[in-house]
Amino acid sequence: MLDFIARRLIAIIPVLGVVAVFVFLMLRLTPGDPAAVIAGDNATSDQIADIRTKLGLDEPIWTQFAIWIGNVLQGNFGESFFFKKTVAELIAQRVEPTLALAICTLVFAVSISVPIGVMAAYRQGSLIDKAVMGFSVLGFSVPGFVIGYCLIYVFAIELGWLPVQGYVRIGVNFWQFAERMVLPSLTLSVGFVALISRITRASVLEVLNEDYIRTARAKGLSNRVVLMRHALRNAAVPILTVIGLGIAILIGGAVVTESVFGLPGLGRLTVEAVLSRDFPTIQTVILLFSVVYVVINLLIDISYTLFDPRIRY
Amino acid sequence: MFSFRKSALAVIAAAGVSGVMAAAPVQAQTLKVVMHSDVKILDPIWTTAYIQRNHGYMVWDTLFAVDEKFDVKPQMVDKYDVSADKLTWTFTLRDGLEWHDGKPVTAEDCVASIKRWAARDSMGQKLMASAEGLEVVDAKTFKLKMKEPYGLVLQSLGKPSSNVPFMMPKKTAETDPMQQIKLEDVIGSGPFIFKGDEWKPGEKIVYVKNAKYKPRAEPANGLAGGKVVKVDRVEWIAMPDIQTQVAALQGGEIDMIESPGHDLLPLLAKDKNIELVSFNPTGNQYAFRFNSLAKPFDNAKIRHAVFVAFGQEDFLKATIGDPQWYKVCKAPFVCGTPLATDAGMADVLNGNAAKAKQLLTEAGYDGTPIVLMQSTDLQVLTNLAPVAKAQMERAGFKVDMVSMDWQTLVARRVKKDPPTQGGWHAFLTSWVAADILNPVMAGYFNASCDKAMFGWPCDATIEKYRDQFAKETDPAKQKLIVEELQKYWVDHPTHINVGQWYAPLARRKTVQGNLTSPVPVFWNVTKK
Repeated sequence: MLDFIARRLIAIIPVLGVVAVFVFLMLRLTPGDPAAVIAGDNATSDQIADIRTKLGLDEPIWTQFAIWIGNVLQGNFGESFFFKKTVAELIAQRVEPTLALAICTLVFAVSISVPIGVMAAYRQGSLIDKAVMGFSVLGFSVPGFVIGYCLIYVFAIELGWLPVQGYVRIGVNFWQFAERMVLPSLTLSVGFVALISRITRASVLEVLNEDYIRTARAKGLSNRVVLMRHALRNAAVPILTVIGLGIAILIGGAVVTESVFGLPGLGRLTVEAVLSRDFPTIQTVILLFSVVYVVINLLIDISYTLFDPRIRY
Repeated sequence: MFSFRKSALAVIAAAGVSGVMAAAPVQAQTLKVVMHSDVKILDPIWTTAYIQRNHGYMVWDTLFAVDEKFDVKPQMVDKYDVSADKLTWTFTLRDGLEWHDGKPVTAEDCVASIKRWAARDSMGQKLMASAEGLEVVDAKTFKLKMKEPYGLVLQSLGKPSSNVPFMMPKKTAETDPMQQIKLEDVIGSGPFIFKGDEWKPGEKIVYVKNAKYKPRAEPANGLAGGKVVKVDRVEWIAMPDIQTQVAALQGGEIDMIESPGHDLLPLLAKDKNIELVSFNPTGNQYAFRFNSLAKPFDNAKIRHAVFVAFGQEDFLKATIGDPQWYKVCKAPFVCGTPLATDAGMADVLNGNAAKAKQLLTEAGYDGTPIVLMQSTDLQVLTNLAPVAKAQMERAGFKVDMVSMDWQTLVARRVKKDPPTQGGWHAFLTSWVAADILNPVMAGYFNASCDKAMFGWPCDATIEKYRDQFAKETDPAKQKLIVEELQKYWVDHPTHINVGQWYAPLARRKTVQGNLTSPVPVFWNVTKK
C-alpha cells in the first residue's frame, strides 16, 4: 500500500509539470495585457510600457517561464500583479470559503443522493424511481447560476429566510456562517446529486440482481440489512469513483456559485485573476486545483480497499 | 420571517438558558456599498482606474476641488495668490491639517505630492513643463514658479478625476512614481481612514470616520466645501454579479449600488424601499476613437466622413435605452460644463449617410475594410460597435467588426501594427465627463503623435490650440480658443463623441445626502 501511495505521489510531479507548462503557455498566448489593465483607461502607451517592464513582461517568454518555475520550485509563487500581496497570502485568505463550500456541498450531495439513488433502485419503475430520474435529468440540464438565482429569489427575497450573499468566517459567527452556506451549497449540490444518485441507482440495481443478494434474502435478512450491508457496500466502488470525478464539477461549479453568492473564495479569485490577466495568481490557483484533484482521487482509490477487501495495492 | 440565527436564539431561550443580558452597545453606523469594481490597487497616482480614484477621495485630500459647476475652490489651501506678472503662485495651507498618524501636513509634503502626481498625469506633466519649480517657503506655505503665464494652474491642482493630485506625506510621495505605494503608506489627511487590517481584496475594503478631520466651514458642494462625515464606517463590498447586487439591495443587506446596470433600473425603480439618484449630472460621454496611423484613417477627410455619417441617438438607444438616462449632445467638452459649445458641429453627428458617401468619394476611399474592435463583456459598451458598423456601412465603408473582451481590446489598442496584422482602425469607449472638461485634460484631444494616447493623432494645429488654451489665463478667451479648436477639429477629428449618458446610483431610502459630484463621495451621506 505504501509503495502504491509513494508511486502515485511521484506520478503527481509530471502531471504538475505538464499543467505548469500548459497554463503558462496558454496565458501568454491568450490576448490581453496585464500592464494595460493595471494602467487604467486613461494611460498613455509609455505608461503601459513602463509597467510592462516593471512586471518583467517584456522578457522573452522562455525567460519568464524559467524565472517563474525556478521560484515555484523554491516555494515562491510570486506576487499578484494587482494586489500588493504574495499569491500564497491571497490563496490563504480565499481558501476557507471554498473549502467550506466544498465540504457543505459534499455533505449535502452525498447525504441526499445516495439514499434517493438506493431508493430508486429498490423501487425500480415506481413513482419514486421516475421522480429521482426526472430530477437527475433536470439537475444535469439546468445551469448552476439559474438554480442559484431561483433559490435567491424564493428563499432570500420572497421568503426572507436566508441572506442573499456574503460570507462570514466560521470562527467569527457560526450561525451567520451557516445561514450563508445553505443556498450556495444547495446550488452546487444539484448537479452533484443528479450525478451521484443516477450512478448509485445503476450500481445498486446491478448488485440487487446478484446471487448473493438472493441468498441474503433467502436467509431472512431484512430489506434494510440487505440494502445497506450487502447491496450498497458492494455498489460503493463506482459511487466513490464518481464522487472523485465530481470534484472537478465542484471546482468548476465553485467559480460560478461563488460569483453568484458573493463568496470571496478561490473560484472568484480565479475569475478575477483571469479577467484582469493576473498571470501569477492564475498559474498558482490552477496548479493548486490540479494538486487537489489528483490527491482527492488518490484518497478515493485508497478508500476502495475499505469497501472491497479484494482490492489490494 | 425565518432565519437560522433567530431560530437558534429561540431554541436557546426555550431550553431555559437564561442570563443577564448586557445592554447592547450603540451600533456604529455602517454604510455598505457595492462599487463598480473591487479595490485591488491602493495607489491612486499609479493607475488611472476610477475605482482607485474613488478610493483616493476617501483617504486623501486635495489642495483644490471643483464644485457642482466645476468652479475650482480651495480645499486644503487656506489662501493663495498670484503675482502681478502671473509667474509666481503662493499657496498657504489651512490650520489643523493632520495626517491619519497624527503628524501635521506640511508644505514639503504637498510639494513632493505634486511632483509625484505630475510624473504620472498628462495635465500635471504639462503644468510642470511650464513651471520653473516648486519651492517650500515655510511649514505651511509653498510657491509654484512658472516660466510663463499658465492658465490651468488651479484647474490642474483641482483636477477632479484621474489622476487626481492627492496630497500624501512626503515619505510616501517620494515613492518612485512607477512603483505602487506600500500598504502601510495608505495614510492620508482625508475624511476617512483606511483600515489596512480589514482590507480583504475580493471581499471588502473598510474606511472609518476620521474623527480629527477638520472640514472647511463652507457647506459641501461637489467635491469642494466641508467634508463632514456622518457615518462611522463605510464598507465597499466586492460583489461582481449585478443580479446579486440588486437582490442584496432589495433584501437590505447592502445600502447602495454605485452603478447598477441600466437594464435593471426599472426593477429597482419599482421597489418602494429603493430610490435611484443621479448624482453625476454631467455623466459620461461615449467616444469613437480613430487609429490615425492606419490607412484610411490617416486621411482627415475620411475621418470627417465618419463624423458626418454618425447620429448620436442610435448609439444611445442601443446601449442605454431609456431617454431619462441619456442626452444627445454635440459638445465634445460635455453639455452642462463651462466649455460646452456646439461651434462647428452643425454639419456633423446628424446621421447624414448621403453626404458622408459623397465625402468618401471625394477623399478617394479605396474600400479598405475598417477593423472595428467591439468589446463584448461590458454592458455599457457592447452595443456601440454594431451601431457604428451599421452607420458606417450605410455611408459606404466596409467594416470588419472584431468582437473581444475588454481586456483583450485594451491590450490590442496599444499596438501600432497594421490592422490586418493584429492592429486596429477604431473602437468605442466611454469617458467620465470630469475627465474631458477642456482640451488639455481630454486625453483624446492630445495630438502630439507618439506621445498621444493610442490612436496617435499627429496634428500641429490642434497642439497649437491646446498650448494657447493652457497659457491663456482669461476664461473668456479660453472659451474662444476652444471654439476655434473645435471648428478645426471637426474637419480633423481625433475621435468622435457619440452621446452623453448617465448612471444613477441605487440606494435604500434609509440613506440620504449623496452629493451632486462627478465622483461618488461618502461624506455628507447619512443612514437612518
